[in-house]
Amino acid sequence: MTERSTLAGGATLAITGSGGSGAVTAGLILLAAVGRAGYYGLLGRSAGPQIRGGESAAMLRFGPQPIECMGGRFDLLVGLDWENVARFADELPLDRTSLVLTDAQAGPIPEILVRSGAQVRSMPWKALADAQSEGRMNMVALGMVGAMLGLPLDALEAGARATLGDKGGRVLTSSLDCIRSGYSATDAAPVPPSALAPPVARWNISGNEAAGLGAVRGGVRFVAAYPITPASEVLEWLAPRLELLGGSLLQAEDELASINMIIGSSFGGVPSLTATSGPGLSLMVEGLGLAVASETPVVVVNVQRGGPSTGIPTKSEQSDLNIALHGLHGDAPHLVLAALGIRDCVYTVEWAVGLAEHLQTVAIVLSDQMLGQSRAIVDPPGDLPFGAVQHTPLQRLIGTDADPDHRRYRPTPDGVSPMALPGLPGGMYTAEGLEHGPGGAPSSRAIDHAEQLDKRLHKLTGFDYGHGWAEIRGEGDHLLLTWGSSAGPVFEAAERLRGSGTPTRAIALRLLAPLQRDALLEAIGAAGSILVVEQNQTAQCFAYLHSQRALPAHARSYARPGPLPLRPAEIMRALIGSHTREET
Amino acid sequence: MDTAIVTPTLRAKDYKSEVAPVWCPGCGHFAVLSAVTKALAHLKLPKERVAMISGIGCSSRLPAYVDAYGFHGIHGRALPLASGLKAARPDLTVIVAGGDGDGFSIGGNHFLHACRRNMDLTYIVMDNEVYGMTKGQASPTTQPDWAKSKLTPHGTGMRPFLPTAIALAAGASFIARGFAGDPNGLTKLLVEAIEHPGFAFLQVLSPCQTFRPEQKEWKHLVHPSDMAPTDDPVEAARFIQADDGMALGLFYVRRLPVWQPQHQPTATPADLEREFVL
Repeated sequence: MTERSTLAGGATLAITGSGGSGAVTAGLILLAAVGRAGYYGLLGRSAGPQIRGGESAAMLRFGPQPIECMGGRFDLLVGLDWENVARFADELPLDRTSLVLTDAQAGPIPEILVRSGAQVRSMPWKALADAQSEGRMNMVALGMVGAMLGLPLDALEAGARATLGDKGGRVLTSSLDCIRSGYSATDAAPVPPSALAPPVARWNISGNEAAGLGAVRGGVRFVAAYPITPASEVLEWLAPRLELLGGSLLQAEDELASINMIIGSSFGGVPSLTATSGPGLSLMVEGLGLAVASETPVVVVNVQRGGPSTGIPTKSEQSDLNIALHGLHGDAPHLVLAALGIRDCVYTVEWAVGLAEHLQTVAIVLSDQMLGQSRAIVDPPGDLPFGAVQHTPLQRLIGTDADPDHRRYRPTPDGVSPMALPGLPGGMYTAEGLEHGPGGAPSSRAIDHAEQLDKRLHKLTGFDYGHGWAEIRGEGDHLLLTWGSSAGPVFEAAERLRGSGTPTRAIALRLLAPLQRDALLEAIGAAGSILVVEQNQTAQCFAYLHSQRALPAHARSYARPGPLPLRPAEIMRALIGSHTREET
Repeated sequence: MDTAIVTPTLRAKDYKSEVAPVWCPGCGHFAVLSAVTKALAHLKLPKERVAMISGIGCSSRLPAYVDAYGFHGIHGRALPLASGLKAARPDLTVIVAGGDGDGFSIGGNHFLHACRRNMDLTYIVMDNEVYGMTKGQASPTTQPDWAKSKLTPHGTGMRPFLPTAIALAAGASFIARGFAGDPNGLTKLLVEAIEHPGFAFLQVLSPCQTFRPEQKEWKHLVHPSDMAPTDDPVEAARFIQADDGMALGLFYVRRLPVWQPQHQPTATPADLEREFVL
């Protein structure tokens, strides 16, 4: 078949169906299978607001290079049924070269898809499924698609075992039968077993799992949190695993409680973290100010979703930068970081924990629904590649008997004072949200206020953050500047521009506050055209960089809100202004 | 000769810090501070193993006046702050102190859930039926017709919050009431509250001389509880519903499961990474 030659080097495909059709399960198996076949992959999912049921789509892109974003179009659309698919048809761009696979028994293809001009082919999935005991269409379709994509059957079977293993023997057995049935029903030649096995065992991980792993790698052993979409998976991953590490997770009554609980546990000496999304972060802001003022280290992983208010809980947006940077009242310096990809969630959260502990302050890490709820096949993240330069490892300065001066908030050259932990005789102090003198006693004197404000600011601005503040790729007179999860499409856009003769550099900011202005200006250099790319309406990062005098006057902004993901082609168009053909 | 190091016995005044209280002369909170230091001395608790936690308000200033570890947090959030500390550090004696506004209004939700979580905490609410620090507004325990605040010139028109009834309904395992004018009885209740394994709620009637001078009469109105402490919630509920709000003593105490995570490490983060390997 022709699909083999066009798709086997990598492809972008979507599987859609109504609730219960198994579209997402099929996607999870396919991701696990392409990983075992030696590809990198990225699996996003789109779901409606229903608690259970409703429409859903799994979107998979795979290929021989690490996949950091969805492409601009889909090669293949696998329609298990067409119920409600129109609700997210705009997330599934098709064109004349796309192929739609469905079973004619699933009913007529929606007009919105037909208009794309994609080729449509009907497959006998239902008949094949009915021929199996407890056969399911999604598994038949999965087997057939796997064969068309050139995947070895054993990779599909291993993917199914890994994904369905805990559902019990009968479900797995019938699924495997259906996969084999679909696989052999194509006229594609079978692929030798594990023909493409990767040289090193790669990982299959979601951004929310990666954030949880980064937390425990950074030393977090206590988490208090309140459930919220799309952050709950961070907590669900952590709860049982913290216990294995000797720590614990407390489900709080609300986010006001969870932030204050982790301030309490951190005061007790245990590195602590919470995870939430926009509405929860809004509730936590007063507590964050307390952690800043009392110099108690805490980390908040904020998995952004569409806002404001309840917004779009199940869809992605980068619109919480303003609250993360500016939400606290008073002069309240703190750290703001953003994960640049699924794999980078491990690094960024691990680094954030180390920095918060070392600098005795608040770190807010911005992830988002796109990163958090997508899974990817990635190279195993090794040791943190960008620790601080002078301070390795990053850890809290704990007070000891040997300290000549136990005053908790006494000024020091780097602004960090030893923090006595409860249990240390002679170290007693009262942590304060009131302004205080060096010993912690409340004070409204101007001299104390100035001294403590300066201490809390300079310990952050005077620290050497090393090279982790940004990821920089490529050289060129054109510059794409971005932050957080938009790094994926920006890096791809820059690479494609370089490949087509437009030298383009890409800078993705991981550390947003304190802004490493000098390093950023040096990295920007004399770029002739500069575009700041982000997924929000009001160009929050662009405005912030200007406020910090970190952008040349000729820099432009490309900002648009979610929920549709930023795509490389629109970024290329926005940078160079010409028409660029959308390619995966 | 015995060479063991003997910790010198601490007296109550040894638990007082050098910070001077901001309270008005005659404030009931002085007596509560004194009872706290006496109870700590009676229990021979090493200062460095005690943490005093509070939110915001006149009474919430108390931690700074005790020579122990302390955290003066934000308004209404003393109980979560203390719960997180106790979860992480079960070895500490954690005492939470605050007022009726802090605990029952802005922090009301935390009060409910701290009662039902039943962590081993002692929660002292110094109740004077008024917001003192903001200069005299009605609190959740203020009578509905108290019209001395410009904020509520006709009174609140709301029935008062009943702390002991709500603590019982929410699942607290120790419920008592003391009076600032009865320092010995208060100290005894505090000792029992600290020793109680679980969430011990101690309401302390603590008169505000400045904004509620009529509370000077409380010393004539309080009376010992006429019921022995019970572990029966039905009996306790009957008593609390009939209570005039002035009965003093331990009303209800019951052994209930204490929420306290204590897990021994059996893995390292590197072990956890294996689950992601294809």
